[in-house]
Amino acid sequence: MSAEVFSVFYQFADVFAFLILSAAGLAIVFGMMGVINMAHGEFIMCGAYVTVGLVNLGVPLAIAQILAALTAGLIGVAVEFLIVRRFYKRPLDSLLATWGLSLIVTQSMLLIVGSAVRGIGTPEGSFAIGGYTFSTYRLVLFGCAVAVLGGLYIVFMKTRFGVIARATMQNAAMAKALGARTGRIYSISFGIGTGLAGLCGALYAPTMTLIPTMGATFVVESFVTVVIGGANVLLGTAPAAVFLAIIRMALNASYGQIIGQIGMLVAVILIIRVLPEGLSSVLVRRGR
Amino acid sequence: MNSGRKLGMVLLGAMLGTAAGVSVARAAEPPLKVGLLEDVSGDLAFMGMPKLHGSQLAVEEINKSGGILGRQIELIHLDPQGDNARYQEFGRRLLNRDKVDVLIGGITSASREALRPIVDRTSTPYFYTNQYEGGVCDASMISMGAVPEQQFSTLIPWMVEKFGKKVYVIAADYNFGQISAEWNRKIMKDLGGEVVGEEFIPLGVSQFAQTIQNIQKAKPDWLLTINVGAAQDSFFEQAAAANLNLPMGSSIKVMLGFEHKRFKPPALNNMHATANWFEEIDTPEATEFKKRWHAKFPDELYINDMGYNAYNALYMYKALVEKAKSIKLDDMRKVIATGDACIDAPEGKVCIDPKSQHTSHRMRLISVGPKHEVKVEKDYGTIQPYWLGEIGCDLTKKNDKDQYTPSHLPKKS
Repeated sequence: MSAEVFSVFYQFADVFAFLILSAAGLAIVFGMMGVINMAHGEFIMCGAYVTVGLVNLGVPLAIAQILAALTAGLIGVAVEFLIVRRFYKRPLDSLLATWGLSLIVTQSMLLIVGSAVRGIGTPEGSFAIGGYTFSTYRLVLFGCAVAVLGGLYIVFMKTRFGVIARATMQNAAMAKALGARTGRIYSISFGIGTGLAGLCGALYAPTMTLIPTMGATFVVESFVTVVIGGANVLLGTAPAAVFLAIIRMALNASYGQIIGQIGMLVAVILIIRVLPEGLSSVLVRRGR
Repeated sequence: MNSGRKLGMVLLGAMLGTAAGVSVARAAEPPLKVGLLEDVSGDLAFMGMPKLHGSQLAVEEINKSGGILGRQIELIHLDPQGDNARYQEFGRRLLNRDKVDVLIGGITSASREALRPIVDRTSTPYFYTNQYEGGVCDASMISMGAVPEQQFSTLIPWMVEKFGKKVYVIAADYNFGQISAEWNRKIMKDLGGEVVGEEFIPLGVSQFAQTIQNIQKAKPDWLLTINVGAAQDSFFEQAAAANLNLPMGSSIKVMLGFEHKRFKPPALNNMHATANWFEEIDTPEATEFKKRWHAKFPDELYINDMGYNAYNALYMYKALVEKAKSIKLDDMRKVIATGDACIDAPEGKVCIDPKSQHTSHRMRLISVGPKHEVKVEKDYGTIQPYWLGEIGCDLTKKNDKDQYTPSHLPKKS
């Protein structure tokens, strides 16, 4: 019996980690900054490719993953400076610009790196409970997802940078008048967002096939989580992921993957219909 | 203008005249246009790239040795990027605007079924070069790949005998996966086996923790893995990480998706497949063929069966045209009807079956070891594509333009 209970928790943790890790970066870039970043998946792909490249050069996996997240973050800062900066007041144009960037990046990767890269393999380790065996690495992913949520909370709620960043997102002109260097805040925030996307790719790289379009498998889930999370990203993303993970896990377990995916997307449609502001609107109202 | 320059102009004019004369002579024999639709970007690019390469290699070889009926081949390749709507758009463009003499290509069965009605409205021959779920009875289509009676009727009995009667199926959720699963149900029933679970996965899904647990709950003796595409292939890595450790069988793994080259060992350990081609074949003909391929494409990770079949398709086209002394589909089909449409392929002699227009193949059962080494377990010799003929498809008499499955058989007339 305990095997069944643990297996339910494990499946929940697995879906939850996938949603949180793929959505965390987008929560900042899209949720807070309002940039519809269609290249989100390509930052994830970047994290995965850098990780595999470094591991093949002999770098230990954990260090390669951290370096990959940093690389994606730095590339994000550069992209913000060169492209995104020009579109803060034109969100729909930012959609087009980043979509173009995404097409260019996937096609260039295809031409330069080729259509498939050999995987590095998931770190060894599995354990058995009852009749089931589980991969230890999937629990590491869950731990990372929780750590990312905690880290975001601390950075944006408890630090001086976080206060200024939130002020900038709410009212850039006022924040600037009070002496905040809003340009720098924007580029650092964008960098954190793409860095988290890179971290997602880095963490999932050992468990997946690496192809230039791999980011696409994360993008739907990440947008869905952020959108139903709603306006207050820090309070919305985690409950959104919990909610979607429970629905998807339950349907996956009882009816298979097709119904799981359909059910999750139907739930999203219903939530957006009933709560156009997302889950966080309810939580924030209660909190006041 | 001085006289030296004048002389130069005259000479130049004469040279141009000669060149024009030559090109006029060539224009009398315009090149044969081969339309090719293969994905070289998108989710299936890693499989489609060898198909493009195989076609390019065959075209180059045929052109060097004098072309087809003395005519050179012009290859027109378009990249539909794995999008079925684009397959239709590009198919129409090649057939109606470029007026190609033959159309080749398509990876997924969904793309083939999207193309087939468009091809059927023309009198252009169409070669499909993949192994697939079988059953297409259509006079416009010539199938070069292996079909279930060559792949499943060999593999499944072998797996049942070796590993046991309980199978769990993981299949991609579109016509290929659904019909292949139907084949498995039929063959398992005939063998007295049991399908303990069937899971259809939407294309693009990459997370399999729940599937792995469902499998462990169902306790099968072996798995039939007919999942498709790079995202779904992540199953192997995740199953290995969770120590699932079950024997696996497939009609598309190893020789087609070269998962044993793309994943770190031992993710593909204990995988079995029946194939007409895999790069590890080491007969002299195969070795010679691989040498030519790698000389032209030194970076090729693996020569997969689709790429190999795509290469054969052009030689089969050449054989048909030269025997018919015509590029018309009807004349080529008269050659097929004689049962004498054969080529010497790197796997050995392969022939087109007159009734179904599918190809006979020499089939081998291969297994993958813990270090991802490939071993031939059993050699079945040449197997005919007999199923369509047995159930009543006879293209020499009637063009059904339909796809049959074990549960959708032709009406008795």
